[in-house]
Amino acid sequence: MQTLAVGCGAGFSGDRVDAAIPVVQTLIARGGPAALMFENLAERTLAHQQLIRRAHPHLGYEPLLEQELRPILADCLRHGIAIIGNFGAANPQGAAQRIVQLAEQLGLPKPRMAVVQGDDLSHAQGRALVKQHLPEGFDDARFVCANAYLGAFEIAQALQQGAQIVVTGRVADPSLLLGPAIAHYNWQATDWDALAGATMAGHLLECGAQVSGGYFADPGKKDVPGLDNVGFPIAEIFPDGSCVVSKADDTGGLVDCRTVKEQLLYEVHDPAAYITPDVVADITQAKVEQIGPDRVRLSGVKGHPRTATLKVLAYFDGGWLGEGEISYAGPNAEARARLAMDVMQKRMGQRMPLRFDLIGISSILGDDGGHMLAGMPTTRVTDVRLRVAAKHASLAPIDLLLQELTALWTGGPAGGGGVRVAKRQRLSNLACLIPRERIPASFQFV
Amino acid sequence: MASIPLYDIAHARTGDKGNHANISLIAYRDEDYPLLVEQVTPETVAVHFGARQPSAVRRYLLPHLGAMNFVLDNVLDGGVNDSLNLDMHGKSLSFHLLTLTIDRP
Repeated sequence: MQTLAVGCGAGFSGDRVDAAIPVVQTLIARGGPAALMFENLAERTLAHQQLIRRAHPHLGYEPLLEQELRPILADCLRHGIAIIGNFGAANPQGAAQRIVQLAEQLGLPKPRMAVVQGDDLSHAQGRALVKQHLPEGFDDARFVCANAYLGAFEIAQALQQGAQIVVTGRVADPSLLLGPAIAHYNWQATDWDALAGATMAGHLLECGAQVSGGYFADPGKKDVPGLDNVGFPIAEIFPDGSCVVSKADDTGGLVDCRTVKEQLLYEVHDPAAYITPDVVADITQAKVEQIGPDRVRLSGVKGHPRTATLKVLAYFDGGWLGEGEISYAGPNAEARARLAMDVMQKRMGQRMPLRFDLIGISSILGDDGGHMLAGMPTTRVTDVRLRVAAKHASLAPIDLLLQELTALWTGGPAGGGGVRVAKRQRLSNLACLIPRERIPASFQFV
Repeated sequence: MASIPLYDIAHARTGDKGNHANISLIAYRDEDYPLLVEQVTPETVAVHFGARQPSAVRRYLLPHLGAMNFVLDNVLDGGVNDSLNLDMHGKSLSFHLLTLTIDRP
């Protein structure tokens, strides 16, 4: 049986829309069965799309969908490269319709498309189910949406029945690769080691360039050639679930043991139990070997039976976040920035807890409580930017905070410049586990 | 005996899940891995990230990869959706781990 190759065209919502082009060209040049995955859904992205869909019922899918697919759709259809993407987000049907239109515009025959459904638990029945599993903290008045993480088997079945494109909402990110691998090798739901191996291959690819030199470069220490043109990854999946990771031809970037190890452990907690809807993967005995230039083999991943539950994330209106910044330069800059902090604290600190950062001195490592900054002596740094941030259930106090920050122009310490203020709606989330039989998944052709 | 930052012998990457962060620590050379195991303990990491007040720090060893994985609980001020931190994912914490110093014989 020929080896399956899966390329990755996007690693988050907002990824480069030209990244998939060299991936598809490489898959075509190498020949053999191939698929292309697009991972577009971070934890927050889906809830934002749910809000957009409420206001605009025909939207709510990945905003870059058309830009992602336009350059590669014809080639993929012509060469039998299946496309699997969670770009359906909050509206997979809407995304599918948009792809149909795009194919028409490009003069292509209507692709055979399937939509995976069942993840969206925002309807009344789903909401009641989620509420039952979140006895504490479920606030009906603030509820926005809930989505379950579905697995790979609906994707696989759709592909086996001839889908050229599979559109999903929330599925576990690695399932976007595991789906075509299951379809190709006809793995069963209990082929734990193979499922686990391909799951970790999906995990390596799900963040796009993060395994092929992106998010890795540290000049002089970990140098990456051609980072401006970093190539997106391709994984060859073998019948036992092991894989070889490489990247698109004629691109920059780097695939070596270091890039693969960093991504293998990315967002992993217990490496003996990486839980997805499809399997529990164990990478404690995994082996990572460089077998050629920009070619790394991952083997030795073990699989254990999948859990009886699926993870569900419920989102709630979290009020507002406001933040503002002002800069100070030259002699005594930090002392003036700290005086501005003091003014803000005295004028607004009673209304809500404020977070202060002195960008250039401490803006990342401290906690929201400000203990770190309070303990640091004032320095002689000559370029400091004060940031003030706060959250509140209602918008009015946040607007007031931003007005007060802006008023530092004339009423604050000497020489303040470059005021910028911004506000945005916040979404808070709660996670729970729900028995998988309560969340039936399916797919349908459109 | 020389005191060196982890940065000299290891690399790292942070990931987030909810309010928890994981930071991988990977030795460039296999022969340095035992030093990491011996000296970069959950306790030293908890102290190093004291300003972020982790409620717990767990360490998982991956000797086949010359790597370890730290999980720091409740260090993200509520996580990506709740935190007021500019880096709400805590992604830059990995390079802070690399400033921790160890003794090399």
